[in-house]
Amino acid sequence: MANSYYDPADLRKFGNITEWSEELGTKFFDYYGKVFEEGALSAREKSLIALAVAHVVKCPYCIDAYTKDGLQRGITKEEMMEAVHAGAAIESGATLVHGVMMMNKYNKLSM
Amino acid sequence: MEQSILTDIKNAAKKSLKARHNELADTHRQMDILNGGLFADGELPYFKDQIAKTGQFPLKPRKLEILQINVGYMCNQVCEHCHVDAGPDRKEIMTRDTMELCLEVIRNTGAHTLDLTGGAPEMNPDFRWFVEEASKAGIKDFIVRSNLTIILANKKYHDLPEFFKKHNVHVVSSMPHYTKGKTDKQRGDGVFDKSIQALQKLNEVGYGMPDSNLRLDLVYNPSGAFLPSDQSAMERDFKKALKADFGIEFHNLFAITNLPISRFLDYLIASDNYEDYMYALVEAYNPAAVENVMCTNTISVSWDGWLYDCDFNQMLDLKVASKVKHIKDYNEGLLNDRNIVISQHCYGCTAGAGSSCQGTVA
Repeated sequence: MANSYYDPADLRKFGNITEWSEELGTKFFDYYGKVFEEGALSAREKSLIALAVAHVVKCPYCIDAYTKDGLQRGITKEEMMEAVHAGAAIESGATLVHGVMMMNKYNKLSM
Repeated sequence: MEQSILTDIKNAAKKSLKARHNELADTHRQMDILNGGLFADGELPYFKDQIAKTGQFPLKPRKLEILQINVGYMCNQVCEHCHVDAGPDRKEIMTRDTMELCLEVIRNTGAHTLDLTGGAPEMNPDFRWFVEEASKAGIKDFIVRSNLTIILANKKYHDLPEFFKKHNVHVVSSMPHYTKGKTDKQRGDGVFDKSIQALQKLNEVGYGMPDSNLRLDLVYNPSGAFLPSDQSAMERDFKKALKADFGIEFHNLFAITNLPISRFLDYLIASDNYEDYMYALVEAYNPAAVENVMCTNTISVSWDGWLYDCDFNQMLDLKVASKVKHIKDYNEGLLNDRNIVISQHCYGCTAGAGSSCQGTVA
């Protein structure tokens, strides 16, 4: 076991998960590949969504992969940062909207 | 990367590796790097072994289609990624005598495309004479690779769009991105604005217009340690942005992968990206791209008349493995019987959809 939980070199080994469960691994990678193809959304738009989600789920591998993917697609740093803010706004909104729950509970318990 | 390292690279890049006496100006040193490290350790397969898996070793030429002539390494720009190590300080320039030898070959070749490159080919003092003479040979597609800014660099170059038009030259120009920041970072401050003006001037005389026979294609290569993405998607983005922002039209976009040689190799090593980049190239290896890799239909001629399988081999000083090694002894039949000289930099032309001076190949 390495000295840290995350090793950048592990990203290259992602495909190896198929070795221990071929059927599920293969299905996953087929699905994954299909998701990011050109469709009703462009592959470029989906790359930006992936980058935003990568930040929200705080996956260093995904941030590594989709920053590079964005550069390859000619996506600008301004577009990338806006995508990260879109993810961050939803994440902070998701926290704050629970404030309504807190308010409801407070009001119910208060005279 | 730390800002100080970036600044160092940027400052150093104002001169060629050769003028800086950088160790990578020595092609032997570059070959040591390409043959050593990850490949010598067995972590990544040698290119030779990789293509042998699909029975493609030794790599042989198909029919010769493109004669690419490098008329000199002098350039008005010093781009960070330049595989030629070109710049204002490079004095290697093709003489009229060597051009005469080339013209003899151009008149008799079976190739349908003549491709002039550099440096900035327009800086060769005999460039116009050479174009005038070569255009008489009746070659179907006559390409000049122009860096665009040369058109604005000096008054004597301002009429280049008209000159190209007169000789029905197919203009192929580098444009790393449709935004200013990325372009200037790779090619130097002010390059973007000048390139835009030059493209507008080319459009004015008819180059690149939708129904025009005056071909204007752009070359995109990544400004950093990553591979190009889908060429058609990039072309769509470039066309949309250049049209909307500057009213510019062009025909096709060629996406070219940066090969790990010369100044790009220097950048990869200095920025600690070399190993990851080589992994990325090898992982993206595509046997289908090997079928159509450009060395199988191209001969590259250097400023001093030596023959190479491609412009990259020229910069690594890997001459053709043939009895015929110089333009003075040119013999297409003999040359076509050669084995193509390969090394690990060749992974740059076989990654993903492949890469060549004409864009993707697979």
